Amino acid sequence: MLTRRRVLGTAGAGVALAGSGLGWPKFFQAEAAGAPLSPGVPAGLDSSAVMATLPGKKPLIKLSYRPPNYESPLQYFRTPITPNDQFFVRYHLSDIPDVDAKTYKIEVGGDGANGQTEITFDDLKKFPAYEIAAVNQCSGSRRGLSSPHVAGVEWGYGAMGCARWKGARLKDVLDLVGLKPEAIEIAFNGAEGPAFDKTPDFIKSLPVWKAIDESTLIAYEMNGEPLPHFNGYPARLIVPGWTGTYWMKHLISITALTKPQGGFWMNPAYRIPVGEFPIVARFITQENATSTPITEIVVNSLITSHTDGVKVKVGHNTISGLAWDGGYGIRTVEASTDGGTTWSAAKLGDDLGRYAFRPWSFQLAAKRGKNTVMVNATNKIGQTQTATLLFNPAGYHNNVMQSLTLNAG
Amino acid sequence: MRIFAIAVFVALAALPAAADEPTVQLKPGPGLDKVEGNCGACHSLDYIQMNSPFLNAAGWNAEVTKMIKAFGAPISDADAKDIAAYLAKNYGT
Repeated sequence: MLTRRRVLGTAGAGVALAGSGLGWPKFFQAEAAGAPLSPGVPAGLDSSAVMATLPGKKPLIKLSYRPPNYESPLQYFRTPITPNDQFFVRYHLSDIPDVDAKTYKIEVGGDGANGQTEITFDDLKKFPAYEIAAVNQCSGSRRGLSSPHVAGVEWGYGAMGCARWKGARLKDVLDLVGLKPEAIEIAFNGAEGPAFDKTPDFIKSLPVWKAIDESTLIAYEMNGEPLPHFNGYPARLIVPGWTGTYWMKHLISITALTKPQGGFWMNPAYRIPVGEFPIVARFITQENATSTPITEIVVNSLITSHTDGVKVKVGHNTISGLAWDGGYGIRTVEASTDGGTTWSAAKLGDDLGRYAFRPWSFQLAAKRGKNTVMVNATNKIGQTQTATLLFNPAGYHNNVMQSLTLNAG
Repeated sequence: MRIFAIAVFVALAALPAAADEPTVQLKPGPGLDKVEGNCGACHSLDYIQMNSPFLNAAGWNAEVTKMIKAFGAPISDADAKDIAAYLAKNYGT
C-alpha cells in the first residue's frame, strides 16, 4: 500500500530496549533496508534510510544516527494526537545527556531581567499547570521534497507530531525575576551539546511578546506522561504555532536579553527570505534586509489514508487526513477530483484546539481507472496552501497541495 | 552545553561511531579514510548518503567549507580538498 513500505513487525524489540541506558542511544536496526519514504526525497535515502527503533520508541524512519534524526512514517498520522512512542526525533548536536530530574535545574536571568534564580523540577511543577494540544513541526519538515533539492536533513512529511503538552507558563517563570522594559528577546539553551567544542551550541531566542504569550509553556508532560528522553525529558519549551526550532528540549537556561541573540543557529540558520511567505508573526529584532527568522507554521494538510498510486475500490472510498496551521485555526479543507477545477468541502473532525492537528475526511466516488485527488486547507485568516513550491535555500515552508492518483478497479 | 576537550575530540576521531551505532558503509574510493576520520567524528556518515546525489562539486565543496567555518571542524586544507573530491565523485551529480 505505501510506496516502498515494509512490514513493521518489530514491536518487541522496542520494548526490550526501552529500559536500557539512555545517553548514547542503544541503536537497534529493525530492518536491513527499506522505509516508507515520502515521494520526491533524494534518491540517496533509498539505500540509507531504514526503519529503526530508539529506546522507548516504535520504529521510525532513521535519517541519521548521530545526531539522531528520525521521522514518523505516514501511518502514525491517522489520529490527531501522535502517541509519544511514535513522535519524531530531531537533534542538532550529538552529545545528549541522560538528564536526571532530581538534580535538574533551569537557570533564569540575563541582563534583561531584574534578577536571577534557578528552579528545580519540583519548583516547575508547583506553578499553575496548563495543558494545550499543539503541533510541533520541524522547520525542515518536507525539505527533502524541495525541487531542486537543498542540503540538510532530508525530511519527508513526518518531521511533525501533535501532542497534549502540560506544564508551567513561561510567563509565570519569568515573573519570578521580572523583565526590564528594555528586554527584547528571551534566549534558551538545552542540556545537549556538540561533539566538538568549536561547534556552536544550540541556542535559540524568542521575541518577548511570543515568550510571554499565555500558550508558551515549559512542559513536563506529553500526552499525560513524562516527556520521552528523545523529546526533551524532563522539560522542554512549547511554542504553539511556531516551528520546532524554538521548542528547546532538555531546557536548562532562560535568559532575558537587551540585545538580539547571536550565533549560527539564529543567523544564518533557520531563516527565510524577507517577503516570500505570508507570515503574520514576525521576529523584528532579528530581521535584516534580506532574511528573517522562520516563525509560524504555514497552513498545511496531509492525506494520511492513502499514498500515491495505491489501489482503491470502484465506488465510495473514505479519504482522510490532517490539517494544521500556525494557530489561527482551520476554517475549511477542500478536495478536488478534477485537477483543481472544482472543489468541495471535506468534513472536519474533532477540534482539539487551534494549535492542534484537525482531522478531515471526504468520500471519493471512484470511477474505474485513475482518480486524481487534491486537497487544500484554508485557515481562519484566509491563508491557503500553494499550488507550486515557494523555493527557498533551506527548504522551509513547503505547503504545496498534494495531488494523489488512486487506481480503482 | 557539555563541552568536549580537544583531546576527547581526537579520541572520537579515532572511533568515529558511537558505541552501538551501526556502521554506515560509504562507497570505496580515494579519500574515504579522510571522510571517515574527519566527517565521522562529529556526525554519522548517513548524512552524506541522504544528501545525494544532487550536489555538484561546488555544492559539496561548500558543504565541507560550512563544516569548517560554521561548525568549527578542524580539517586541514589538504584533507578538505580530498574530502570534497571524494564526495563529488561518489555522491555528486
